[in-house]
Amino acid sequence: MKRRAPRIILSIVAIVVTIAWIFPVYWMVNSAFIPTAVLDGFIPQFFPMNPTLSNFSGTLADGSFFSALGMSVAVTLTVVFFCIIFAFLAAVAISRFRFRGRLSFIIAILLIQMLPAEGLFIAQYKMIASVHLLDTVIGVSVIYIAAVVPFTIWMLRGFVAGIPADLEEAAMVDGLSRFQAFMRITFPLLAPGLVASGVYAFLQAWNEFTVALVLLPSEQFQTLPLWLRGFVQASATRATDWGQVMAASTLVAIPVIVFFLIVQGRLTSGLVSGAVKG
Amino acid sequence: MTTPAIETIASTPAIETIGRRKPKIPYVLVVPAVLVIVLGAGYPLVWQIVTSFQEYGLSQQFGQAAPFVGLANYIELATNPELWAVVARSLAFCIITAFLTVGIGILLALLMANVGRVVRLILQVGLLLAWAMPVVAAMTVWIWLFDRRRGAINYMLDMIPGVDMNRFDWLATPWTFFLVAGIIVIWGAVPFVALSVYAALLQVSEEVMEAAQLDGANGWQRFWGIIGPMIQPVIAIVLLLNLIWDLRVFTQITLLKDAGSKSGDFDLLGTYIYKLGTSAQDFGMASAVSILVLGITVALSWFYVRRLLKDER
Repeated sequence: MKRRAPRIILSIVAIVVTIAWIFPVYWMVNSAFIPTAVLDGFIPQFFPMNPTLSNFSGTLADGSFFSALGMSVAVTLTVVFFCIIFAFLAAVAISRFRFRGRLSFIIAILLIQMLPAEGLFIAQYKMIASVHLLDTVIGVSVIYIAAVVPFTIWMLRGFVAGIPADLEEAAMVDGLSRFQAFMRITFPLLAPGLVASGVYAFLQAWNEFTVALVLLPSEQFQTLPLWLRGFVQASATRATDWGQVMAASTLVAIPVIVFFLIVQGRLTSGLVSGAVKG
Repeated sequence: MTTPAIETIASTPAIETIGRRKPKIPYVLVVPAVLVIVLGAGYPLVWQIVTSFQEYGLSQQFGQAAPFVGLANYIELATNPELWAVVARSLAFCIITAFLTVGIGILLALLMANVGRVVRLILQVGLLLAWAMPVVAAMTVWIWLFDRRRGAINYMLDMIPGVDMNRFDWLATPWTFFLVAGIIVIWGAVPFVALSVYAALLQVSEEVMEAAQLDGANGWQRFWGIIGPMIQPVIAIVLLLNLIWDLRVFTQITLLKDAGSKSGDFDLLGTYIYKLGTSAQDFGMASAVSILVLGITVALSWFYVRRLLKDER
């Protein structure tokens, strides 16, 4: 019954769509390897004929990238570390216990994770400024953890719930304490969930722009997204050096793309879990 | 990648005996998360609500007490045509981009379902790469693509006979500015929609489709009669998420404004609040607008949460 001709047309459409969607990513990497003089030549180069690393060395020359990288790493590690611990504990609570307030707690975290930074950053700025934590890792991390932990709980809850409680009970019948049973049986099975949640927290903290813009006003304490914006602005006061800007963007994007591909499946199912079941 | 049993929300029995005997444990477990959420989101939220009823301008920044002014900030907002323009623009932008995103996403999901394995994989990898791009990096690339003098887009459009796009400045007028912003937002959001809807399409069983085919239903009827209803829950949820996300496009608009005009005609709610808070230093008004944004978000999120909790007891 299947008709062949439309399928070829559909395949061609699919390839065209793919090219359209990949093009900006390709263009970023492509431009990063083209010398500035060539990029300035008004005719776009669709392939780096004489690839150069000069854009990268130019980008890294003043060392500000590394200070931003250090800041980003510090913030991200703090957020990932605390998010995983806090979310893990809360996920165990809501998936292994029935307690009063449980449903309210779940509703609260789902609503809170939807709140946009745009709606809170004025107050967050005021709060962090009043305790003198602007331009610090702690200040921005507290806000990030509060923003990221709700969804991490939701994600991890799925993993904890996916491990049958019977397994633990069987181990307890065999003489382990409840805590031992949990640590020896459930915890190892949870490892993929912990990795996925950790990577999710990493992506959020690493990419965040809005809150960082408000809470990290000084240049020497900027995270990478702020640094990249500042780099474009500084460059734009002369004629923008697009080669260097693209090299900078590539440096910021590559680790994200790698980590993103690791958790992508889980992210999708977490966001729509209730619906997929139908 | 193995799919965890995230879907089995309600089916796993909790260990209720333990829960009954030591009712304190779950509360202890949620304490750290609750504390950090209260500190990082709860307190700012309350502060924001309180401040929206206060006069909180420059003099309050320097320590003067903030007097309560009741609904004065809200009344000022309601009678401010500039704000209404921003609200109308934001809602229009949000609704148009969200619906286009979901529409295109559904089409791409159907496309994925109707091509061969290899082509499908290529398409999926392409979408994933776009999805993975950090927003700020994506913005710099798009701004470079739309650059008026040396951008690839003007160059390619200019090659079409009869089209003169040489040095066309996309970011100079609000219409083209928001067209560019919309393209960027849709480009970034479509992959999530397409992959989610495709996952839902996989749940539509082969037998049902064959039965419908045997009963003489054509492709169009099969789509509206069977596939549509079965993927409807997923579509509803991704549409809600996109509406919520497209209200918060602060990063995109800020970076586009960096490259283009600083004028207020290019503001959406996020950048408008930022401007009220930073250049005007009027935290009372900024808070009142924030409450508006939060209100819209919570109203939309409520449907989302109800969907997610459908089988939660």
